Amino acid sequence: MRSPESPVLTIDGLIKDVGPLASLDGKMLRVVSGLAMFAERGQITALLGANGAGKTTTLECAQGLQKRTGGRIELLGEDPDTAGANLRSRVGVMLQDGGLPPSARPIPLLRHIAGMYRNPLPLDGLVERLGIDTFSRTGVRRLSGGQKQRLSLAAALIGNPEVLFLDEPSAGLDPQSRQIVFELIAELRDAGMGIILTTHLMDDAQRLADYVYIIDAGRNVAEGTVADLLSHGHEAMDGVTERTLFFDAPAGLDIAAAIGDELTITESRAGSYAIAGTLTPQHLAKLTAWWAEKGIMPASLRLEARSLEDVFLDISGRDIR
Amino acid sequence: MTNAAPALSTPHAGPAPLMRRILLQGRYETLTMIRNGEQLILAVIMPLLALVGLTVTPLLDGLGANRVDIATPGVLALCAMSTAFTGQGIATGFDRRYGVLRFLSTTPLGRTGLIAGKIIAVLAVLVLQVLVIGAVAALLGWHPRPEGWLPGLGLLVLGAAAFTALGLLVAGTVRPEATLAITNLLWILLGALGGIVVPAERLPDLAQNIVHFLPSGALGQSLRDAFLHGSVSLPYVLVLLLWTIVPGAAAVRWFKWN
Repeated sequence: MRSPESPVLTIDGLIKDVGPLASLDGKMLRVVSGLAMFAERGQITALLGANGAGKTTTLECAQGLQKRTGGRIELLGEDPDTAGANLRSRVGVMLQDGGLPPSARPIPLLRHIAGMYRNPLPLDGLVERLGIDTFSRTGVRRLSGGQKQRLSLAAALIGNPEVLFLDEPSAGLDPQSRQIVFELIAELRDAGMGIILTTHLMDDAQRLADYVYIIDAGRNVAEGTVADLLSHGHEAMDGVTERTLFFDAPAGLDIAAAIGDELTITESRAGSYAIAGTLTPQHLAKLTAWWAEKGIMPASLRLEARSLEDVFLDISGRDIR
Repeated sequence: MTNAAPALSTPHAGPAPLMRRILLQGRYETLTMIRNGEQLILAVIMPLLALVGLTVTPLLDGLGANRVDIATPGVLALCAMSTAFTGQGIATGFDRRYGVLRFLSTTPLGRTGLIAGKIIAVLAVLVLQVLVIGAVAALLGWHPRPEGWLPGLGLLVLGAAAFTALGLLVAGTVRPEATLAITNLLWILLGALGGIVVPAERLPDLAQNIVHFLPSGALGQSLRDAFLHGSVSLPYVLVLLLWTIVPGAAAVRWFKWN
């Protein structure tokens, strides 16, 4: 447990009940149950958990979109349930479902949202940076998932916020959009923004987060830096031969054709591969030889004795998906 | 790709002033409404058809000196129902579905600004409708009582408030597909039998007794009173007030933002 000096977001003992639900005989369902977390300036704080763990509900309570049942939330020193336009002008929100009107066009929409702030960011720079200029004449309805996400991010950033909430920022992102979005998020963090994101993708958390809260059934069950979490139970790692190889390459490769099928091969997102199991030098030799033969150069390559996925499995006793 | 944005070194300057936020949202919603083809048909084309239809057919004969004088006030009432109830209801229902209401309520606009913007949009579209219908009716020979304009416009705004409250109540409590069905169906039913364009005395007996208590009947009858006789009937004003306050309070209580 850490206690930063001046967190941008403090959540303590958060409780949120929803309902009453007919499926529970008219009883309330507790979706968040005593969750506690901090987020700091200049850091990316990730809430990692399976779907239904309570991540989005927690975020929406912090944004003032849902009223909490109990507990304390302080966002930039204010209670989001009672705060006004001033707090909202300092906080950028990217919702999971976008929240963009389907009939709108990107540039007029961003200009409209910018008008809600006294001193918004220059539109042109943001538009160019997120590659929105390449689809600026297309209506929101016809945008791809990745384009919508980039536009939503621009809408969240146009007011130049101090705190940025991103709910599943990589959902629907193609590799190119993912690169653009992740680079910008990291840069904003370096510039001092406090960023809080949710994800059910280990890869996102591992790549982006400075501090991770693992959420399960409405509670935080583990927390730490990615390195902390990966070394969790490290003493038991001697003699462990299980490893995971991550790499990004063109989508749809038949990896089993190169290294056989005794390992678990997954393509979690198009072009994003993980090979898990008792990896041997022979496997690596076969794989790299196959790449050489096919002329494939991976965009990224990472070998880990343990992944956040394993940590999550250890702690919660279940698969993240 | 350049490093031009974002310039984070600038100090934070806060939200734009409240009035500016509300007016911006009002303008945005107005433009969205009048650029939407289906909304335009409902808001302008259908009332125009009703006006011409009632003027060329003998349906209203015997209720006054000429057909267009009796028809026009009811058509203006129909305009308020089109825009505030069906149009705004459907737009809000789908905004809710797509998360637009949630996103905008995280910006400095907030929920209050969002509602205020919608009210501005309804009034702005209503002004356009009054201009178009009034101009066409004048060409057809409409001669409203001059002293009828002030109470008439006031009643129109009150009627729009009642229908906005009803529209938001429906849009905020059921799925957008259901909002679409309910508001369109009610538009047809109230338009035909609600005492809005066809005065109560030309309706079936059963409907005659009910329509005075409906927002459609109260608005239609009171506008006819205003423009035909220059008079204001207080009971209708009370009916419209009730239809504003009760659904308005219910919308505040039960409107679901997500």
